Amino acid sequence: MSTNRALEGVGTFLDDRLHGARGIRIFLRKIFPDHWSFLLGEIALYSFIILLLTGTFLTLFFQPSMSTITYHGSYLPLEGVKMSRAYASTLDISFDVRGGLLMRQIHHWAADLFMAAIFAHMIRIFFTGAYRKPREVNWLIGITLFTLGLIEGLFGYSLPDDLLSGAGLRILEGVLQSIPIVGTYLAFFLFGGPFPGNDIVPRMYILHVLVIPGLLLALITAHLFIMVFQKHTQMPGKGRTNQNVVGQPMYPYFMAKTGAYFFFIFGILALAGAAAQINPVWLYGPYNPVAMSAGSQPDFYMGMLEGALRVFPAWNWEVLGHDFAFNVFVPALVPLGLIFTGAAVWPFIEQWVTGDKREHHLLDRPRNAPTRTAIGMAVITFYGVLWAEGANDIIADHFNVSLYLTTQIAQVAWLVGPILAYIITKRICLGLQRKDVHLLEHGVETGIIRQLPSGEFIEETAPVDEEARAVLESRPDYEPLPDLGGTGDVPAPGMRGAVGKVRTRLYNLATESVPLPAGNGHRAVEGNGHGQHAVEGNGHAAPAEVSSGPDAPPADGEH
Amino acid sequence: MSETNGPAEPERGEDLMADLAASGGEPDEGQARHRVIGTPAPAQARTLLADQRGEPAEVRELPAGPEDLPSAKRAERAVAACFTIAMLAGLGFIASYVIFRVHTINNVFHSNLALGLTMAVAFLALGAGAVIWVRRLMPNVELTEQRHVLRSTPENKAAFAKTFEEGAEASQFVKRPIIRRTLIAATVPAVIAPIVLLRDSGPLPEKSLDHTVWKRGTRLVVYGTNRPLTPAEFNSPGASLSVIPEGFADNDDALAKAATTLIKFGPDELKAPTVMNWTVDNIVAYSKICPHLGCPAALYEQTTHHILCPCHQSTFDAARGAKVIFGPASRPLPQLPLMLNAQGYLVAQSDYHEPVGPSFWERS
Amino acid sequence: MSWITSRRRHPAAGYAILFLGLLLVGALYASITGGGAGAAAAPPATVDSAQISQGHTIFLQDCATCHGAGAQGQPGVAPGLIGVGAAAVDFQVSTGRMPAAELGAENARKPPELNTAQTHAVAAYIASLGGGPAIPSAAQVSTSGADVGLGQQLFVADCAQCHNFVGAGGALTNGKFAPALTQATPTQIYEAMLTGPEAMPVFNDATLTPDQKRDVVAYVTGVRSETNPGGFSLGRIGPTTEGLVAFLGLLLFMVLVAIWITAKHGKTKTHE
Repeated sequence: MSTNRALEGVGTFLDDRLHGARGIRIFLRKIFPDHWSFLLGEIALYSFIILLLTGTFLTLFFQPSMSTITYHGSYLPLEGVKMSRAYASTLDISFDVRGGLLMRQIHHWAADLFMAAIFAHMIRIFFTGAYRKPREVNWLIGITLFTLGLIEGLFGYSLPDDLLSGAGLRILEGVLQSIPIVGTYLAFFLFGGPFPGNDIVPRMYILHVLVIPGLLLALITAHLFIMVFQKHTQMPGKGRTNQNVVGQPMYPYFMAKTGAYFFFIFGILALAGAAAQINPVWLYGPYNPVAMSAGSQPDFYMGMLEGALRVFPAWNWEVLGHDFAFNVFVPALVPLGLIFTGAAVWPFIEQWVTGDKREHHLLDRPRNAPTRTAIGMAVITFYGVLWAEGANDIIADHFNVSLYLTTQIAQVAWLVGPILAYIITKRICLGLQRKDVHLLEHGVETGIIRQLPSGEFIEETAPVDEEARAVLESRPDYEPLPDLGGTGDVPAPGMRGAVGKVRTRLYNLATESVPLPAGNGHRAVEGNGHGQHAVEGNGHAAPAEVSSGPDAPPADGEH
Repeated sequence: MSETNGPAEPERGEDLMADLAASGGEPDEGQARHRVIGTPAPAQARTLLADQRGEPAEVRELPAGPEDLPSAKRAERAVAACFTIAMLAGLGFIASYVIFRVHTINNVFHSNLALGLTMAVAFLALGAGAVIWVRRLMPNVELTEQRHVLRSTPENKAAFAKTFEEGAEASQFVKRPIIRRTLIAATVPAVIAPIVLLRDSGPLPEKSLDHTVWKRGTRLVVYGTNRPLTPAEFNSPGASLSVIPEGFADNDDALAKAATTLIKFGPDELKAPTVMNWTVDNIVAYSKICPHLGCPAALYEQTTHHILCPCHQSTFDAARGAKVIFGPASRPLPQLPLMLNAQGYLVAQSDYHEPVGPSFWERS
Repeated sequence: MSWITSRRRHPAAGYAILFLGLLLVGALYASITGGGAGAAAAPPATVDSAQISQGHTIFLQDCATCHGAGAQGQPGVAPGLIGVGAAAVDFQVSTGRMPAAELGAENARKPPELNTAQTHAVAAYIASLGGGPAIPSAAQVSTSGADVGLGQQLFVADCAQCHNFVGAGGALTNGKFAPALTQATPTQIYEAMLTGPEAMPVFNDATLTPDQKRDVVAYVTGVRSETNPGGFSLGRIGPTTEGLVAFLGLLLFMVLVAIWITAKHGKTKTHE
């Protein structure tokens, strides 16, 4: 066909010059495993692309200037009001450019979705253990992307210079000012003088449209390249080993699916831009430092910082005769700093605790790593308490709770919540493991009742099918730690003294789980064998005990 | 050797060969487990053939089409319908752009809705069509690809090390320390220079954070209307108002520190540590700039005399020198000394007696 | 414990858990929400002839139990009303806040118990006791020719920190709330500024002139009835609801789409 010939012609042209046939074929045949949670990162990726597209449109009309003008535009309630050019151009985009309001809203919804997706994606990576070797570098890149995204969003919604985002900038300036020794200098250099000055909007603008997107683009490219090169991880299942990838090829399957996903993201963002008003700056009014609104919150991804500032007690110390604003400095930098630093070093801590330096391409089901999952839920709870506190006045107003009580609750819940979350999550994970063991041992209830010759009724059970068995049996295979050594023995390096004892304790904690049935669930009895229940009651004795350490050697020889 | 929609055929036992994309991958253990999900017939082998094998690709890697032709026909119609809807919606988008005007709030509402909905329908229909295409038209496959160990082979690593060392020796970098040290010394300024270049991005703070523009005799005027006030006018107990220094209504930098809240109390309501010398006729002025992080702390409850900052809920008792009674603020609101000028208007006695706004290192 | 676990497969077990969970959440919520103990509501008034004496009568029946027979007030119960003016009475009664149903931290708007004539009668009676701000005339609250831009500036500087930038309401300390301004009539808004009901500060006519008050009224009434050009307003309370929509709407939708895209193929008609 002539299309084929045309394609051949183009292909030959490029190949003659760029040598692509083999490499591109390999890329077209790359296998991508299928699981819905693997698409969360794509939400972030495609939201970013949509941000670039809509953002470019906005740059054609936005004026990043803080010089004051008197408004005589289409939005009549602000007629005659003095405002900055930045704010006025935002009003013009909203009311005088066709599609301008749509682009603004899609842009802002895409930013919210971008951050929400990074959040969800990061959580998925953590709970399935996808950050383990060889993917630690990608994990670190991801944390950097998260941080850059926070800053990019903060600058983005502050560009219109409206009352709400201006209050946020005021808080930013106060936080900078509070830094010991260099704080006032940092604040004056960033704002070009005292707050608000005339420089912050143009400076944020160039960071927001050029510098940070450039960094984001570079890091996202690296992130994707590493992921493609190392091949995606996969969930455990039949036929899936640590040495293979099972799924569908890039061309045409994955290309079509990911393209479809892009269209869905664009579509839902367009729907949101059409039907859900976001950041109505004309209602907030232009920024002025004398005005303030009740219920002022930053965009949700900054909410945790806001909550930390609200919950912290009024501790202010004199250090060497100087004012150290402990009550600002600590909540602004410590909680989020702890979370990000902790996340960054987590893969290496886990490697140290478990002594596991192998490559991992098979994911863990979260229930099979109970301690990791519980710690993750504890951190999410900590984050969530501070996040909710950031909206405490809205919560107080709408749910009829006393304002001070919300803060007092948060001042307790920031610690109690994570502890509770850890305990509860651990118990749930172990309980789910017991359920899996139960299924392996006793099979699936079929609902078929049979009467035995003795007159007793039993329910027949069927063994789990092969696919489900492969999933249920999948467990992280921990290698044992070297011994601490008895008296007179020299313990292995890394196991000496108190460090070794701590490491052993942590190892036991990390590998705590309900062991698989003997023989990894391969039932010794034929037919329904093991699995006969009485119709009522549970019939079986105490639930399987929890144990730590490596399980019995896996049957399918996966190493 | 086509194998589309054939009856039950025995599984072809082709070996799976590793796709040795990178040089030096390890050969695999020759697994031959493939499974095609969801088809009634047993799987026809799907393989990835290595180029190295030298054999021509006789067996198809992917089937040419789905097995169930009637359902495929239905799916094809569904996909075509989705794409047609997408096209129509796309045209609708262009039409909406032309038809719907803006410039008034209602017009913008209609234009936004039309443009956004057509765009949404177009994209969602495209997406839905693509998904139906993949799921129901493309034949179902599940393929396996072997991973290669990421670590390079010892030979490659050794060769790398050798090349690196030879180059280092040839460059004499290690052997001639003076070159090395002076090179490092030469790059140090290059690292510091960009930081130095940022020096002019702003003035030094010096003493500017210690003062506001309030001076002796500056009149208090109502924000927004710029009217000065006499005590006779501002005489309702429980009144509270935002006031600014006269002449600075357009100077945001000045207002960011000079904004002030004026409150009228009834007799005997003001108590220590409010400085009574700084009040006129039970009218007291406090800085509106919260000492926590600089938001305007403006919410005044006349019944409780609480000044609440809506940002982080710092609460100050206006009857008692605006001392902190709740929240993260650690210092009370500074009080502006007031007096009357010759014409009877409220004016400042002087600037605030302490720096206004958030804490900073040089404050005390 | 084994009693519970042995019945975990009981058909009602799921419902029992759900019920217990609801009980727990409800009890927790009830323990932290605001509210006050209170006196019973007053009985409705009867009408009389001349306005002031009519008002006096109504006052004795509906208001004196808390405010005292001579409107002198009772410490800890109700403030004195001598000098508050007709405007204050008109505001409180026409918004239904007075007669108060209970003594709480906050009197919220509710359907008024007295009709306009009765309200004006009581207002006239209270005004006769000690003067005070008068009920504004229609011209004073008409918004034609008002400077809405100035109204916006005054509103965000003096009102928004309690009522939110468009008057959607906000939380105050100790269980009090600044109400949303969606239902207040122009007269009521004017009167509220003039008389400073409950915790609200007073803005007398010398600090905010009647014209400036009109501008504020024009802003509030204008913005609340303004179309939202961007679609659903999400409450006009800012990024909190926007974040909720992003997570529970957009992200959730994309997760559902992802589940659809990656679901196992459904061609298992003949497959066992």
